[in-house]
Amino acid sequence: MTNSMNDHLGRPVVVVTGMGVVTSLGQGQQDNWRDLTAAKSGIRHISRFSTEGLRTTIAGCVDFLNVDPYSAPALSIAMAESAASEAIEQANIGTKGDFPGPLFLATPPTELEWPQRRELYGEESESTLEGYDRLLSACRTNKHEEMQRLFQFASVGEHLADKYGTKGLPISLSTACASGGTAIQLGVEAIRRGDTDTALCVGTDGTVNLEALVRFSLLSALSTRNDPPEAAMASFSKDRDGFIMAEGAACLVLETYEKAKARGAEILGVLMGCGEHADDFHRTRTSPDGLPMIKTITKALEDAGIAPSDIGYVNAHGTSTPENDKMEYFSLKQAFGDVMETTPISSNKSMIGHTLSAAGAVEAVFSLMTMRNSMIPPTINYNTPDPDMGKIDAVPNKAREADVSAVISNSFGFGGQNVSVVYGREPK
Amino acid sequence: MKRNDAMSKENADVWITGIGLLSSLGEGADVHWAAMSGKSGSTVTPVLDNENYAPYPVHPLVEVDYATQIQKRGDLRQMEPWQRIGTYTAGLALADAGLSGDLDALDHMDMIVAAGSGERDAEMDQKVLESTTGDNANKGNSNEILKSELRPTLFLAQLSNLLAGNISIVHKVTGSSRTYMGEELAGLASIENAYNRISKGQSDLMLIGGANNAERKDSLLIFELGQNLWGDEFKSIWERAQAGGGLVQGSVGAFLVMESAKHAKARGAKPYAKLSGISSDRCRRDDGQAKDNLDRQFDELSKGMQKGTLGVLSGASGAKQATAEELAFLQGLDDKGFQPVTRAYGSMMGHSFEAQMPAGLALAALALSKGEYLEPLDGSGVEASADAAPEQIMVTSVGHWRGEGLALLTSLDSKEAK
Repeated sequence: MTNSMNDHLGRPVVVVTGMGVVTSLGQGQQDNWRDLTAAKSGIRHISRFSTEGLRTTIAGCVDFLNVDPYSAPALSIAMAESAASEAIEQANIGTKGDFPGPLFLATPPTELEWPQRRELYGEESESTLEGYDRLLSACRTNKHEEMQRLFQFASVGEHLADKYGTKGLPISLSTACASGGTAIQLGVEAIRRGDTDTALCVGTDGTVNLEALVRFSLLSALSTRNDPPEAAMASFSKDRDGFIMAEGAACLVLETYEKAKARGAEILGVLMGCGEHADDFHRTRTSPDGLPMIKTITKALEDAGIAPSDIGYVNAHGTSTPENDKMEYFSLKQAFGDVMETTPISSNKSMIGHTLSAAGAVEAVFSLMTMRNSMIPPTINYNTPDPDMGKIDAVPNKAREADVSAVISNSFGFGGQNVSVVYGREPK
Repeated sequence: MKRNDAMSKENADVWITGIGLLSSLGEGADVHWAAMSGKSGSTVTPVLDNENYAPYPVHPLVEVDYATQIQKRGDLRQMEPWQRIGTYTAGLALADAGLSGDLDALDHMDMIVAAGSGERDAEMDQKVLESTTGDNANKGNSNEILKSELRPTLFLAQLSNLLAGNISIVHKVTGSSRTYMGEELAGLASIENAYNRISKGQSDLMLIGGANNAERKDSLLIFELGQNLWGDEFKSIWERAQAGGGLVQGSVGAFLVMESAKHAKARGAKPYAKLSGISSDRCRRDDGQAKDNLDRQFDELSKGMQKGTLGVLSGASGAKQATAEELAFLQGLDDKGFQPVTRAYGSMMGHSFEAQMPAGLALAALALSKGEYLEPLDGSGVEASADAAPEQIMVTSVGHWRGEGLALLTSLDSKEAK
């Protein structure tokens, strides 16, 4: 074992050997990268359900996978499969249906949806019972096993474990909008402690449905600039007014550098480090001092063993909410110091929307592609600098060529969830 | 703080140093022990609500003064029962471990919550259903109803990871915060992950647990879709399994403080027991697969174990196939040289999905620290009385749908614990 197989703390180096991605821009790395670097947006008017009377009527839906009937778990499964198949094929690892490691899955919490509730209610149309009593009565009359399987919390993970033959218990996790980052972090930790030498990390989210849209809208989290849809997400811009819900999935195949090298796999990038610190301030707001975010970013850099000046690009959480973008940039400046003012930072979400549970995984793929292609995707709709932020290089509106050897990707979520992951290139 | 994960050669011992329990039986470790060990002087009998959710019996939560653990009324108002049960019980575990308010320790404490999600607004759901189905199918506008009736804060009370979020806010646990989902296997996986992280030096102090609110029809509905619930006069776990099978839900909160022995010793914490091993896997549940998994896991776990009497705290749910295969596995232990003394604690507390495995570990740790054991909780003959208190206890987790696992706890003699 050569020295480069271990990191600065003597742990096995973890590398990426396969990637897959689906967003509203399309299916696969190639299509997504083409549109992302052409500053295209995937945000459209919602056609999946009636948006009559709603304040926000646009989203980044994935409607091209033909999931019928739509339900959040069914679409989450379809997108996760697309991303995982692409990643496993690229990694060329294991045999079909026999992936040689565990699954770490960021997936939205499941719950029965309105079409299913209505179906059950309709089955007992003669009943004098009301509400949940009637729904329960419908269940006693007819078994709805398929429906139960789909709406268990373990549903998406079990489906993927069956299909890809991942090893051990499939881990389904939620850290809200930080989930995708957490899935990768869990994979890294499992490999570092020697539980496994490979892991399948997936983030998926297909929850653009009526109730989810209304829920986020009631929290005043969403942009209401519906026309034109592609102009709604204005991360870091002074006129930003919230995020746009979006769907997507992404997958990384992680391995020890040693094993990947031994089998001659192409190294797509290195998982250099992860940082996390929870916020105890508020359910949806960030500590005003930014300390949990600052600790998260600092821990990630320490874990990676690099300095802020080594980071060539910040892949921001950048949700385009007034609060997130301000606190994220403030925390970065505290953690990085002056060097942050000249470090490029952009938000993929300005084009693909906020893919929620999948975001950290989707943005991991784009972070790695940024280094591989020496091209930084832009922040679109960046038209009005926010004086509160001070000097910022938001890579406005146009992709930029740049030689980037390390990226930090941030993911922050409701419930005080903060995760940062540092990606790098294969060591020379 | 840096931890040198992979390079520590010796695995750290993993101790359980704090227990939080809340259920139909009462509040706190000792109350549960008294109720299940027969030490309260009365016979062991479950607490049931047979009326409010008929035909489904449930084990209702004991009356709780939430303010003793969730002091700010504003915090309490943001939560529905599921999050309250969990946040309250996490507080009990931290207090039991002597960590309440110890901000330095809590700042580096790692948390995994095994979570379902919070309560829906049943009245609003009924309103939407009434106005958008049947004769009203084309009249009602669910957009308008949802817009006007959904309370903004309810979303946060429903979100799975907001149980952990509330624990951070109320109790200041902030080292790291992860939420696992997936019914029983989420509880099992979170304990396994905590065990692995502590034993390999990635963490030295963790809070693990989950909560279940049985008294909600939206949750009963999810499990009754596949006709999984027991909808008849109450019977214990093994009796139900023999009579066609079915789940009886219990309102339960179960949290554990898990800690490396070194960390516990350094702060003078008193351990209940040592978690000496854990094993887990999944299968599609074709006939016999769950039993095969358990057999394989046991062969792994029992390497180096003293043969003879083995305490078994079974997390069996009463689901027909899962419970039958677990029983077949337990009955085969004799051939491997182990005599199981089995107690299905779900007969007393009800089934609590994500919280089931943490609750089992809590009871096992209690039994080992007291040098006592639980009374038989079942009249089917599966649960023989114990001649002596076992010094090793295995906790089983066989999910009603997916996930199989075993954990082994051993007692710490007074020398080890110092």
